[in-house]
Amino acid sequence: MRRFALIAVGIFIVWLALAGRLTLAEVVTGALVAAGVAALSRHHLALLDDIRLTPMLPVHLARYFWTFFIALVGANLDVARRVISPKPDIHPALVEVRTALTSDLGKLWLANSITLTPGTLSVDVVGDVLKVHWIDATPGRDMEHATRAIAEKFEARLKGFLS
Amino acid sequence: MAVIGDLFLVLGGLFLFLGALGIVRMPDVFNRLQAGTKAATLGALGIIAGVFFHHPGWWAKLMIIALFVLITSPVGSSTIARAALSAGIRPWRERGEDEGEGA
Amino acid sequence: MSMAQLGILGATGLLLMLAAVALALWRLLLGPSTPDRVVAADTLGVITTAGLVWLASALDNGIYLDVALVYAALAFIGVVAIARALERHE
Repeated sequence: MRRFALIAVGIFIVWLALAGRLTLAEVVTGALVAAGVAALSRHHLALLDDIRLTPMLPVHLARYFWTFFIALVGANLDVARRVISPKPDIHPALVEVRTALTSDLGKLWLANSITLTPGTLSVDVVGDVLKVHWIDATPGRDMEHATRAIAEKFEARLKGFLS
Repeated sequence: MAVIGDLFLVLGGLFLFLGALGIVRMPDVFNRLQAGTKAATLGALGIIAGVFFHHPGWWAKLMIIALFVLITSPVGSSTIARAALSAGIRPWRERGEDEGEGA
Repeated sequence: MSMAQLGILGATGLLLMLAAVALALWRLLLGPSTPDRVVAADTLGVITTAGLVWLASALDNGIYLDVALVYAALAFIGVVAIARALERHE
């Protein structure tokens, strides 16, 4: 029921956004379509159960997106610098990052955040280990500490609403 | 408003360009993904933001497109990266790395 | 719509986008491996989506936003489908 409500509300909001006007016809059709889609898809979206629905959810989401946005802009300045430099300034390696998040949605979200942040690209998730392609694995660096740092920032934010 | 919008459009275009330049210049598929995904995503967001300043009335639809790009582009990249790895492509390593910072 | 109507900033943005398409196409043709081409196709998809949004604004016609959304969805499904197929043929 919780899952049904979550999907239906989400679809309904997207419907209204795409319709672009708040007439009675749009609202009624939207509600019917949202209910229909939610009824059909709820068995396939077990992922949504991982979200903790609390009144604080919007605050957690806002804080997450703020952290994320800063990281995304930083990542792009980083990419810009490496792409423009005459000899591409990269020291890539595949590293493994252990995550403290346990839910599937949590790990998915973390992996995608890592992909869009400076120098890292998620390649695979096996159990609680993320395989990450890291562009700055300079020889002699403290790998243990550095790989923790890749995940920690987002984990702290995501733990507010995911496990 | 129009000038702010144009600035965002140019910034967006610039990052799209840098992303495409990255996939041409980087040495292997993983590094190309790194450059391509990040820069193209921010580039697209820049264009969408620029269009918002020209047509504020489109905010709802623009937001849906922005969210869609934000969600799908890292998923697509990770899928490609995993496929490349399973297809036997090994990440490029710089030459002389074993001897320290050579080359 | 001519370049003059776009203004300096608009024309610069358009040229950057076109250059991005050209570079991504180059990687698409060059390869060398199939995943490389998929990366290029993926990036082209994002550039094209942004281009369609830009077109909606330039032509002052919101219908292109729907085109952009549908295009983005199809491009994403296409890339994921090809990547999954590659994975099975390891």
